[in-house]
Amino acid sequence: MIEFLKKLFGQSGSSATAKERLRLVLMTDHLELAPELIEAMKRDLVDVISRHVEVDRDKIEVNFERQDSALAMLANIPILSVNRPNPSLTLVPVPEPVASVQPPVAANGAPPNAAPPRVRKRRKRTSKKAAGTNAAPASATPASAAAN
Amino acid sequence: MVDADVGLRNLDIVLGLESRVKHHLLDVLEERVSLDEALVPGKHSESLFLLAAAQSREKDDVETAKMKALISSLRERFDYVLIDCPAGIELGFRNAVAGADEAIVICTPEVAAVRDVDRVVGLLGNRFRPQLVINRLRPNLVKKGKMLSVEDVNAILRLPLLGVIADEPEIIVTTNRGEPLALRKDTPTGAAYHAIAARVAGEDVPAPMPAPAKVTILERVGSLFGGKRA
Repeated sequence: MIEFLKKLFGQSGSSATAKERLRLVLMTDHLELAPELIEAMKRDLVDVISRHVEVDRDKIEVNFERQDSALAMLANIPILSVNRPNPSLTLVPVPEPVASVQPPVAANGAPPNAAPPRVRKRRKRTSKKAAGTNAAPASATPASAAAN
Repeated sequence: MVDADVGLRNLDIVLGLESRVKHHLLDVLEERVSLDEALVPGKHSESLFLLAAAQSREKDDVETAKMKALISSLRERFDYVLIDCPAGIELGFRNAVAGADEAIVICTPEVAAVRDVDRVVGLLGNRFRPQLVINRLRPNLVKKGKMLSVEDVNAILRLPLLGVIADEPEIIVTTNRGEPLALRKDTPTGAAYHAIAARVAGEDVPAPMPAPAKVTILERVGSLFGGKRA
């Protein structure tokens, strides 16, 4: 009876577990057996990231970790310096919401990032309530101003 | 047939030829006897000959170059040379594959076996065009989702499937007697072995799939009252 109920509710047998475990373990095995693949990936990663920031090539760590039902690649890439934001981007007129939000994020890094979006959200909501239906274009401008 | 599992000789006892083996692989490789003296004619087939492994020696005693030369001289005399490769990926494995040009990998539907086959196939590379035989499949367990199916195994290994052999009690019984079930074409398992042989020989025959045994109503009732389950 229990067997029947298990089947009824789609609980799969141990072969499904075997399949899943094999899938993960073979991914790890194949990576372990192909160090040149990891090196190539590292190189490509660094090349892409170096286009934007200067990284410490000698201290890059790439690890693979099992996470429940997936294999994750964890890369630790120390950044040596971040280029000054391109002036042509910051000089874009304020009313353009997309362009004006981007540069501060790139220049300041993580910490200042945390606060502004919250402010932005709140303002959006309050302005929506206040202005009613025609709020959409009006709320975009205060938001970008706050970020600056 | 060459038993390359030096130190763990077994093909002779499986084929019922253990009393006829006088010389072994290393006797030939080290030129103590000629190849003709060491080849043991099969009991059930006139065209089958066995070259037994040495039992009291080690795999490292085999020289790869000599093994390769031996296989090429066997190649001139026989249509097919089957080399029984030892388990593992060390020198024994490398010696066994040195003279081969094709590989048949045997895998049971278990996680450890599938992982090992994946590794061995990786080591073999493309040169040997490995083909897969799935051994000891239990169709009733597969049906219940309790064993990896042929499709499950090959979704991972992705090899040309040569055949599937069921885990039949009959195999144990016939091996006990030294009369391989493979020779009995009248049984489903024997037929599966024959199909594998035909496919190796390049014949276009289908690989028979082991079917789950039909459970009679009486057996089913019996299992309700605490009878044995598969």
